[in-house]
Order: sequence, then structure tokens, then C-alpha cells
Amino acid sequence: MDITVQEFKHCDMIAIKGRVDSATAPQLAQALETANDGGKYKLVVNMSELEYMSSAGFRALLAAQRNSKRYNRGEVVLASVPERIREALELAGFTELFKTFDDPLQAVGHF
Amino acid sequence: MKSVQFAAKFEYLDEIRDFVGDVARAGGFSDKDVYNIQLATDEAASNIIEHAYENQPNGILELSCGMRGDTIIIILIDHGESFDPSEIPLPDLKADLSDRKIGGLGIFLMRKLMDDVHYEPKADKSNVLTMTKRKR
Repeated sequence: MDITVQEFKHCDMIAIKGRVDSATAPQLAQALETANDGGKYKLVVNMSELEYMSSAGFRALLAAQRNSKRYNRGEVVLASVPERIREALELAGFTELFKTFDDPLQAVGHF
Repeated sequence: MKSVQFAAKFEYLDEIRDFVGDVARAGGFSDKDVYNIQLATDEAASNIIEHAYENQPNGILELSCGMRGDTIIIILIDHGESFDPSEIPLPDLKADLSDRKIGGLGIFLMRKLMDDVHYEPKADKSNVLTMTKRKR
């Protein structure tokens, strides 16, 4: 799994490439925490190159969403969610907790 | 049935998913089902590594997988602490963000993605988790 962070004027985009499981989810959690710790609470998670995500990844997203939405200071949104991952997120009831966008730049424009 | 043993460490989850993925694909499951079978197996193995072998660095996870007719059978055997998945409360999927519980999600997904999930602690101190899914 690779994570790249790109700063935009009104938000940061965190792009995840590869597979997120219990082995790699701590890296994702760390990237999201680093953004929050740096005062970035408006986050786009770009999943266009994400191949796989287990519930370990869902938990990292949930923790970041909770922290980001506190005091209405921001939120985490998801972009380009691959079909299989979207189905699993839906099954877990997570799609109600995150706004999703088909296109990453559309998600950036949301902020 | 093909069997393989893994050290109970998260770094082997990739190989564990590949192992069951190959059997499922060869057995004729759709791409969607292959993904979901891999996800369910990952969740099961992750739970064993995290909970059954908590504080046990040298745990072994034995994975067997094969087709019986149009059904895939996945068996995970560990020698760690027993835990009964059916006693773990299901997550409240309607709960607000702030009330959303972090645990139990993996077991919930296993049950949703597979047709049957059966857990049995044996007299020899091993725990046997059997999951099956039939082709549609």
C-alpha cells in the first residue's frame, strides 16, 4: 500500500494505492492522524487506485471521520470508490457515514 | 483440500487471501464472490491473529481450502485462546457516527459474505473455524 498526500486550498487529498488490511491499515490511520494533527480536517480519500480494503481500513476511516467532524471543523469524504469496496462499505453500514464522489476533483470541489 | 500453515502475523494476510482466491477462482466463482471470499477469510484470520494469539508471538494458523461440489470450504485452525464469534455482539449499523462501535465488524462481514460460519473449540485446545459459500 502507498499513500500520497496532496494539498489543495480548501482540503487535503489522501490517495491510497494497493491493499489495506490489518497489516497496512496502521499506515493509513497514521496518515489520517497526521493530517488531523496538522489542523487538516477537510479530507478527500481518493480510492481510485485502491484494490482492497478490509474492516481494518474501515476502522481507520471511521476514527478519522469522528475526529474530523468534531466541532463541525470538517469531514472525510470518499472519492472513486471501487465497486467491490463500495459493496463492503455498504454491507458494513459505512456509506451513510461518508459522502462519496465519483471523481476526486469533484470531491475537492465539495469543500 | 489444500492446506498451508502460516505464522500468525498480519504480514501473511496477502498470501492467505491469494491462497483462497486461487481456489475460489479455479472453482468458478465470480470476481465479486472471489473478492468477498478473500475478504471473509482475511477478517477471520485477522481476528485469530489479533484475539486468539494476542500476546503470543509464535502462533501458527493452519488454513485449508477446497471445493466440494459447488461449495467452497475454508477451514482455519489455531491453538490460541478460544473465542466464540456468536457471542460477540453485532455492530449497530444504524448508530450515529459518535456511537458507532469499532469492534465486531469483521465477524459481521464474515457472516454476511459467507453462507455459513461455524466455530468450534476442540478438546485438544485447537479452535476450528469453518466457513462455506455456495456458487450462485
